[in-house]
Amino acid sequence: MMLSRSPIGRVCRALLAAGLLLAGGGAVAEGNPRDPYEGFNRNMFAVNEAVDKYVAKPVAHAYDNAAPLPVKSAVGNFFGNAGDLWIGVNGALQGKFADAGIDFGRLLINSTVGIFGLFDVASEMGLERHDEDFGQTLAVWGVGDGGYVFLPVLGPRTLRDTAAWGVDYLGDPVRYFEPTGVRNGAGVVRLVDVRASLLPSDKIVEEAALDKYAYIRDAYLQSRRNKVFDGRPPRSDDDY
Amino acid sequence: MMKKLLALAATACLALPAFAQQAPNELVQQVTEEVLEIVRKDRDIQNGSTAKVIDLVDKKVLPHFNFTRMTALAVGKDWRKANPQQQQQLTGEFKTLLVRTYANALTGYRNQKVVYKPFRMQPEETDVLVRTEVQQPGSKPIQLDYSLERQDSAWKVYDVTVAGISLVTNYRDQFGQEVRNGGIDGLIASVAAKNRSLEANQARADKK
Repeated sequence: MMLSRSPIGRVCRALLAAGLLLAGGGAVAEGNPRDPYEGFNRNMFAVNEAVDKYVAKPVAHAYDNAAPLPVKSAVGNFFGNAGDLWIGVNGALQGKFADAGIDFGRLLINSTVGIFGLFDVASEMGLERHDEDFGQTLAVWGVGDGGYVFLPVLGPRTLRDTAAWGVDYLGDPVRYFEPTGVRNGAGVVRLVDVRASLLPSDKIVEEAALDKYAYIRDAYLQSRRNKVFDGRPPRSDDDY
Repeated sequence: MMKKLLALAATACLALPAFAQQAPNELVQQVTEEVLEIVRKDRDIQNGSTAKVIDLVDKKVLPHFNFTRMTALAVGKDWRKANPQQQQQLTGEFKTLLVRTYANALTGYRNQKVVYKPFRMQPEETDVLVRTEVQQPGSKPIQLDYSLERQDSAWKVYDVTVAGISLVTNYRDQFGQEVRNGGIDGLIASVAAKNRSLEANQARADKK
């Protein structure tokens, strides 16, 4: 009990999971080598589609229609600012100290001049936001992705990124908001904000995909690879 | 001396078409600005008229795309299993599908601004990446990159990457699955079926 509650316990569990996935990564079943748990994943995907259709999407639509652009923008900026600290930490862990310096500078500027992060002043000053998390740090350290997993609400992930998410959770400032009501409220608002930002791409995915599950999986894996290489992934060989 | 100068002038004239050729980044910028200008002015497109946007893409964008290369890239190694007629059919169907995806992205266009990243290339290069970024108020900028190759005298786009996701190679596993299930003809049939169902949906939406 103590182990699972304490932050150290969470890290241990995350590392344990990471170790397990490394050990299990060698066994590749028939079918897609990048998607060894496809049967399980497709079931979870179906569950998530239902949750999305009846809960997440309607709420996101309501928010998108009700909130004026400046409000949505402030909400996005606020959570973006809260995330810059952890982005900077991960940049530093990957040896990108100049980037990390920019991230901490962004946090400082946006938290003060940007009024608690409601305005992204730093971007207007040309300090670009980066995109880092502990999963990318592990990837840079050479940890394999351990195969694709799809989980309800959490959505597409790899095993590595699922384990890393446990660590990201510790680095999430929203977790330290007090009291609990504010913390949970902020967590929900953030989820809604993220889902609302994805609304425009719904129709595109719906229409473009022959198999929506596979389309989302492959898009996610490409997108993660792109992030690990900071937007400049090496070309993969096109063997035809 | 005079002869040499004349020879030089003649070579310069011969080489001129190569110089006159538009650089790939300029091509991307020109076509993007032209299309966005039309989208900005057209109320029908902003209200989601897919038919009108497809027409626009057909006229302005398609001439600069190499769809055969795109389809080959999407199919991967199975491409060699297809005979020329199948390749042609598949290219036609895939083109219809991609144009619709692209058109949908354009109808969603509101207050975005496209920024062109610095571009450098060696004169002898035949395969380049042109990087742009779509900026929108209140959201993170989206990386939008074009892969182009030189074909004879013109540059043609053969891949479009949105936020690191290639719209072309993202089909590879899905297409591979279709080929395993029903061969090349099975793949052609399923892309065609997808196109027909989208057309039917659109016809129904237009009637409303």
